[in-house]
Amino acid sequence: MSHEPIYEKLTEILQDVFDDDTIVARPDLTADQVDGWDSFAHLRLMLTVERTFKVKFTAAQISSLKNVGDLVELIGARVPA
Amino acid sequence: MSEELYADLAWLPKPPEDFRRRCKSLAESDEPGRAVSHLAGYALRENQLHLLADALERLSAAGTSLAPLTPFKLGLLGNATLEPLVPTLTATAPRFGISLECVRADFGQTIQEALTSSSRINSAKPDAVLLAFDYRGLPLGAGGFSEETMASAVNESIAFLRTLREGIRAHCGALSILQTLVPPPDTLFGHLDRVIPGTLRRMTAAFNTALVDSLRGTQDILLDVSALANTVGLAHWHSPTQWNIAKFPFDSALLPFYSDHVCRIVGALRGKSRRCLVLDLDNTLWGGIIGDDGLEGIVIGQGNATGEAHLEVQRTALALRNRGVVLAVSSKNADEVARKAFTDHPEMILREEHIAVFQANWSDKATNLSAIAAELALGIDSLVFLDDNPVERALIRQMLPQVAVPELPEDPALYARTLTAAGYFEAITFSEEDRRRAEFYQGNARRAALRQQVGDMESYLASLEMEIVFSPFDATGRSRITQLINKSNQFNLTTRRYTESEVAALENDPRIFTLQVRLIDSFGDNGMISVIVCHERSSSEWEIDTWLMSCRVLGRRVEHMVLREILLHARTRGVQRLIGRYIPSERNGMVREHYATLGFRRFEESPSGATAWELKTEAEIESAPMVVTRSGFDDSVPVPIPA
Repeated sequence: MSHEPIYEKLTEILQDVFDDDTIVARPDLTADQVDGWDSFAHLRLMLTVERTFKVKFTAAQISSLKNVGDLVELIGARVPA
Repeated sequence: MSEELYADLAWLPKPPEDFRRRCKSLAESDEPGRAVSHLAGYALRENQLHLLADALERLSAAGTSLAPLTPFKLGLLGNATLEPLVPTLTATAPRFGISLECVRADFGQTIQEALTSSSRINSAKPDAVLLAFDYRGLPLGAGGFSEETMASAVNESIAFLRTLREGIRAHCGALSILQTLVPPPDTLFGHLDRVIPGTLRRMTAAFNTALVDSLRGTQDILLDVSALANTVGLAHWHSPTQWNIAKFPFDSALLPFYSDHVCRIVGALRGKSRRCLVLDLDNTLWGGIIGDDGLEGIVIGQGNATGEAHLEVQRTALALRNRGVVLAVSSKNADEVARKAFTDHPEMILREEHIAVFQANWSDKATNLSAIAAELALGIDSLVFLDDNPVERALIRQMLPQVAVPELPEDPALYARTLTAAGYFEAITFSEEDRRRAEFYQGNARRAALRQQVGDMESYLASLEMEIVFSPFDATGRSRITQLINKSNQFNLTTRRYTESEVAALENDPRIFTLQVRLIDSFGDNGMISVIVCHERSSSEWEIDTWLMSCRVLGRRVEHMVLREILLHARTRGVQRLIGRYIPSERNGMVREHYATLGFRRFEESPSGATAWELKTEAEIESAPMVVTRSGFDDSVPVPIPA
């Protein structure tokens, strides 16, 4: 799957999870730039991503992401084009 | 149904697109308590529960009263991660009329919290404490494979919980809510796990039995989590990944489902459970429309999938009645026609004596539900309304938001299951008095007098965004027109039947004016819902030979729009007088006064009850809130400028 639609969908998810209309998914976006992105919210975000893209992540993948760019790579590798 | 009934709370309506914005604007609401209940009444996923919980927190910080919601304070104790429960429970509770405050123990602080009077939970003086333990949090241990070691592990676990319960009761007086245990799907021996003592499968079963015994004679109550997990499946319940990452005791995708069940119990503790089930008849209690299909034509009973499905609805309703839920009927039907099914149909399980109030008439259902509640001296918020028709459901949700109205899937086989899945009648206890309650309310299907019409019908009709489409008869519509002409019995002024070739002949007859009418609304296309045939009696006079309409769209003022359309075409052709006839049949009593209602003047009445009516075509008929679309008419018909 190409990355552009993933970023679009992720923006929607991020806005919902963090209740903030101004968040835009960018490759260099990290958790510490977003209000409320703690470990529970991260898990909630990842589970929402799993459900939305119909993919499953391992515990190691969930906890090893550095930024949104990593997440998009991970999704892109798992979702068929 | 593509979604999971239970995990997705499919009996609740889907949240609106702008749910997030609605949560944000709660602060501006005139009645925040009711507005919160309304938002909590949607099928919310975890993220949406968080949005609502955040909004609730802002309201509470601003000191906003959430009346009429009943406040309830719930302590949370357990061995797993409890944080995610707090927002999902607080946002779910208003669905059950409760304004919930949660007090959570820190991870691992169970004994101290229960046994110290100054602990966070005890000093908060909660109304109840949820002891959310799973199999990993109790001393069930690895004690070998003997009956003795298993029994002692179970006893030890029950004793541990009893210590917590007694501590809580002594220090803050709260009752405890205890959970049955869910074994993981993993087995050790396989099928033999059920047989060998000490396996988790046998151990949790033994524990659950002992737990239920330990509750007898106490104030503490049961949350049967094991039943919840079995309902959605053990493999779905346990997520090893989520346990490993965050010590979540079950898959957080099931938090909305779990929270709904906890809040049902809290609601039941505060008397919020529903007491009366109001049933629609056509296509809910049986398949088909009794007014049109007749007593022999309705589908109910064994040997037919649809008949079995509706039979199951009746069985469920009767079982509910036997445990004290009052049954009532609200149906758009002629009273004597609807009752005939209850008295004369051999396959019916429900009988008149099971129904406390029986409302079969042509008035709107909101007015009828108010009358039912008044007749039974119950609050509107005690009612559950089961109806296959999404328009009727939406009407009740808008006019009487306190009534619980389950969404129903397309397949009637799932009606009964959806009703019970919603848990409207959750009980904490069951007494002899409950058993007799339905009889106490029984009034042999009495009829309740209708009071004033409820709510603003005009704005509801406007919210349906109706579009009415008029065309003359044509080849495309021919077979449906013929079907309606030969099938419609109730809203049918003359009950004249025509074959398909007769209908075809009408299409090109210059002395005949015809209309086929479709209605589209925000729920979709209702298809063809009305058929008109007018004869030219002279150059200045038309007689309405056939006027029929589907009862599904009754109360939408379709008749008024149809008459406006007839008058428009009549005037264009220089017609001055319109004649209507009512010919009584066994089933069309509902339209006896049809022409009177529309402003016609009666000029003839025969001993058989047939009447003839006239109207000057210059008459102005008030428009209804719907967009008019026309197609297929001659160009000579002027298109009126929309008002």
